[in-house]
Amino acid sequence: MRIAVLDYGIGNLASVAKGLVAVGASVDLVTSGASVTNYDGIVLPGVGSFGACARAMRSCGFDDTVYKSVEVGIPTLGVCVGLQLLYEGSDESPAEPGLGIFGGRVRRIEQGTLRVPHMQWNQLEFTDIGAISPLFKGLGSSPWMYFVHSYAVESGPETLATCNYGEDFVAAAGSQNLYATQFHPEKSSREGLMILENFLGIVATA
Amino acid sequence: MQNVRVIPCLDIDEGRVVKGTNFLSLRDAGDPVELAKFYDEQGADEVVFLDITASSGNRSTVLALIERAANEVFIPLTVGGGIRSVADARTLLRAGADKVSLNTAALGNPRLISDIAQEFGVQCVVLAIDCKWTGSSYEVYSHGGRRATGIELGSWATIGERLGAGEILLTSMDRDGTKAGYDGLALEVVSDATTVPIIASGGVGELDHFVLGAMVEGVTGLLAASVFHFGTFTIADVKRYLEFSDVQVRPISLAGN
Repeated sequence: MRIAVLDYGIGNLASVAKGLVAVGASVDLVTSGASVTNYDGIVLPGVGSFGACARAMRSCGFDDTVYKSVEVGIPTLGVCVGLQLLYEGSDESPAEPGLGIFGGRVRRIEQGTLRVPHMQWNQLEFTDIGAISPLFKGLGSSPWMYFVHSYAVESGPETLATCNYGEDFVAAAGSQNLYATQFHPEKSSREGLMILENFLGIVATA
Repeated sequence: MQNVRVIPCLDIDEGRVVKGTNFLSLRDAGDPVELAKFYDEQGADEVVFLDITASSGNRSTVLALIERAANEVFIPLTVGGGIRSVADARTLLRAGADKVSLNTAALGNPRLISDIAQEFGVQCVVLAIDCKWTGSSYEVYSHGGRRATGIELGSWATIGERLGAGEILLTSMDRDGTKAGYDGLALEVVSDATTVPIIASGGVGELDHFVLGAMVEGVTGLLAASVFHFGTFTIADVKRYLEFSDVQVRPISLAGN
């Protein structure tokens, strides 16, 4: 099983690769869409600002990589901004569109008295489709995961899990073989690694 | 829901933990990676490596260490000490650090905060502030607490956030090493001046100190070093006590073991 981690040069993309290696994957950091061939699974990471990520993703040709993998059914996992990129766009960078695979927009977390960024462990609440998703196999009913983000998406039909921080937002989304998490499974200790392991399981059976 | 992280801090010199610990269960308690794994298993929410190596020529030791940590420790890792440029930050983040902590260099060149935040995002920029009570206000110190800057704590915290710090790590020099507890008043100054998460540091000696720190609005991280390294408390002790005191934490029963 070979996993391509799409490396478009922003931030710490190595962490998710290291998490996948720790659960037994063979991982390549790939730097252009042209070199993403013959992979069994694809990971779209992302940290920092939506606009910078969206621009860099496009300039590497990874927008087509994701569209194609969704079309063909290659298991794909977006992480953090990698989740946000799957939506239509973000208030963080209104000029830069997202991939628009999922409907909805990324908005700034409502502040109130809460500190932003949302930078802490928090509990998932699974939706009906999330509770039976193979991505969360073996996890308890409301596992704790590590989040760090200032923007989030409102729940929609593709939502697998929500999280509450002042308001409910999408913690995980999925449709067919496309999955995404707003939290960082690679930074969420044993239970986070279980999610990466489950993703490999999905890759193995796809 | 907002909850609180428990964060052990490891002072590291030439790749080794300063003040070797005495955990008999560890093969090499002076190895920062072994210790970080140990804390992860105990339920630590994050870990901080503070590189206090005096000579700047030994960055490769630290880098190798961070790479090894990133291969083996799967909770967030903040690295501080000696970060003077965007290139320094890039190297550390590429090696596997999740956040970099800036202190003296940011005081000398505040644009460093915005430069790093712009390239890598505010979520990976921690502004570490050392402060001391002057009798009428809190003054910010640089160079590991050796040099007074004349800058007032609240205004520096505000500027830091505006420039792009995603988090503020506040150490009270008056309390550090005293076991008298976090400096609640200094934390409140930062709380009033900012909207980003605050990590309290310096002075923990008793379990109640963690609770008092968590009660300051905006404090979402509780950092300690010696009480963990010397085994005064385990991470689990602290988390159970916080839960018992109605402070929200990632519960220990679900964490690690």
